[in-house]
Amino acid sequence: MSTFIIRGGTVVHSTSSERADVLVRDGRIIEVGTNIEGASATEIDALGCVVGPAFVDLHAHLREPGNEAAETIESGARAGAVGGYGAVVAMPNTTPTIDSAAVVGYVYERARHAVIDVAVAGAITMGREGKNLAPMAEMAALGVRLFTDDGNGVQHGGVMRRALRYSSALGVRLAQHCEMDDLAGSGVMNDGPLAARLGLAGRSALAEEIMVMRDIELVRASGGRLHFLHLSTRRSVELVIAAKAEGLDVTCEVAPHHFTLSEDQCASFDPVFKVHPPLRSTADVQGLRAAVARGDIDAVATDHAPHTPESKDGTFDDAPPGMLGLETAAALTWEAVNGDPQMFFNVLSRGPARVAQLRAGELGVRRVAHGGEVAAGEDASLVIFDPTTSWTVDRRTLQSRALNTPFHDRVLTGYVRGTIVGEPVWLNGEFR
Amino acid sequence: MRTSIRGGDLISLADVSREAIVEVLDVAESFVEVNQRSIKKVPTLKGRVVASLFYEESTRTRLSFETAAKRLSADVLSLAVASSSVKKGESLRDTISTITALGIDAVVMRHMASGAPWQVSRVVPTVRVINAGDGQHQHPTQGLLDAFTIRQVLAERAGSRGSETGSEIFHGLRILIVGDIRHSRVARSDISAYQALGATVTVCAPPTLLPTDVASWGVDVATDFDDALAKADVVGLLRLQVERGSGAFVPSLREFTSLYGLTAERERLLPPHALVMHPGPMNRGVEVDSSVADGSHAVIERQVANGVPVRMAVLYLTVAGGEGDL
Repeated sequence: MSTFIIRGGTVVHSTSSERADVLVRDGRIIEVGTNIEGASATEIDALGCVVGPAFVDLHAHLREPGNEAAETIESGARAGAVGGYGAVVAMPNTTPTIDSAAVVGYVYERARHAVIDVAVAGAITMGREGKNLAPMAEMAALGVRLFTDDGNGVQHGGVMRRALRYSSALGVRLAQHCEMDDLAGSGVMNDGPLAARLGLAGRSALAEEIMVMRDIELVRASGGRLHFLHLSTRRSVELVIAAKAEGLDVTCEVAPHHFTLSEDQCASFDPVFKVHPPLRSTADVQGLRAAVARGDIDAVATDHAPHTPESKDGTFDDAPPGMLGLETAAALTWEAVNGDPQMFFNVLSRGPARVAQLRAGELGVRRVAHGGEVAAGEDASLVIFDPTTSWTVDRRTLQSRALNTPFHDRVLTGYVRGTIVGEPVWLNGEFR
Repeated sequence: MRTSIRGGDLISLADVSREAIVEVLDVAESFVEVNQRSIKKVPTLKGRVVASLFYEESTRTRLSFETAAKRLSADVLSLAVASSSVKKGESLRDTISTITALGIDAVVMRHMASGAPWQVSRVVPTVRVINAGDGQHQHPTQGLLDAFTIRQVLAERAGSRGSETGSEIFHGLRILIVGDIRHSRVARSDISAYQALGATVTVCAPPTLLPTDVASWGVDVATDFDDALAKADVVGLLRLQVERGSGAFVPSLREFTSLYGLTAERERLLPPHALVMHPGPMNRGVEVDSSVADGSHAVIERQVANGVPVRMAVLYLTVAGGEGDL
């Protein structure tokens, strides 16, 4: 293990910021202060950058096992490191589904050599079929703290109620992909006048909002904790805010594509813009942005969803939903929070680490605790983010195996100079 | 807005201006004459290859396009979808690449997915793409031939030629479109064309068969069908797309017909001069009674006949860029 000093950056604490150096030794923060001496330490220049806890992604589809052509844990973790993430939660909609201790163990094994920490979300129901409960306690014993059938919402209200009740004793949180299949139908983009003009089947905002409403009532009735994944409408966020105000233990995330891109993108019929839930109206985009800036949401999460070029090559109807996110989230989020550094690290690191319970470092295969303070004695999960440098997104140079970024050719402002997971893993454009 | 389709693709009428549409109608009018000659062929597209790719069943549109291309002396490559590798999971892009490798100049395509022609256009920007119907999105040549038919009939009645009137005839013309607008690419192209030409468009359908927020398209929504019929100069009927599940949007076909079918009884409500149109194939007895379809208001056979000259005009303008003798 090495010793290094992150020099000259603005260190971002939960409620304040200071110009300070950070001394790290053997994966732990030793000192935060000005002009730290350290003759034998490696110097890392952070001038003009903000330094805070490395980002945590609650929502990454790493596609392994089963679809290694689109992404692997190794490539997805590299994409995460480039994006400033110290840890990502791998979603369970793999083949086979992560619905048993054995598959959790397999993912942990594959994650052992990943450049950043990989936590695992287990499925709520066997095979994500929405019928029989998956062995959540068995997976929880291996450190799984988040359970979801993501890709599918749990359609059956009775099953969801049972899952919330069962999980309430396990110290874990369920996470719901909110879309009622009966209302979403075969929709491929946001339902509304644009879909009607384009002749594409609409996927109604109601499909999401009604499941949010239902699940809030189920949490009220049955206890348990619930996280709402990738909320895409203003109304959904309002519902969750109201539920929180009532004291229900619910949390929520929004994805950068939902607060950056509107349904207007679909007019190109380019399947790279197909995602579930779909890109929404401009009013929703603005509503979500405002919610992020106000701190109304717990986390910005990417819903990083790699798909092979072949699968995204066909028609809008046929293409699978989903888009890449890990390597572009930081810059888009910095813009959404209007450069408020506390809010930035709240939504990208501290909030999601709380939801996924990644503050404790001993479980699974993780190296360090995430989402903590930048203070002496804390684990060194850190990111060095330069908010002023611009760069052009190029799908061919992304770390992800897939190419399906909706931001190809866009100029983004905000660049990750370094990601530290105990040790620097990504620094100034290179892997260490 | 495109002011001409010369040398470009034709995928949608939503971005085509009035003058571009009038240009197509005028060129089509000269091709009507070609089709009345004993030798119905001009050398305009000699040496050019036009491929027709029909991923969805169609007899009339395909025949009409292929006839149009042949009368312009193009070589026509017809991809028989059922026997091609499309059925074996070959992607749209691969199929197009293969076809392109054969040196084709234009693709006439029909596809069940909305936007499929855009995908092709993106992959092969040098090949002209002509949309022969994509999903529920657009069917631009149908929109053009419907506009052409209206202009032709009304000009004849006034004792002139359509090309002498430009778009004058459409000013203030009241066109009523009835039926399954939600699932209809024909309705979308018709509305684009009629509005560009200056007509007033009213739609009438059960609310479940109206597109979301259809009023934002700049059309009037009629709730009283009988009243709307009495005020219509042109009635455009649409096929109820039962095979695509449209039946589930109404309680029963019988109820649909009783409320929105152009029955012989309702035909009497029409002004004497009104035209009745249908893009075919018709569900006789559902959206229209046989006696009405074959009656004095109907110009349905004209629509079919005008398919060839209008498609000749489109091929001439897009593929040849409007160059060469007619």
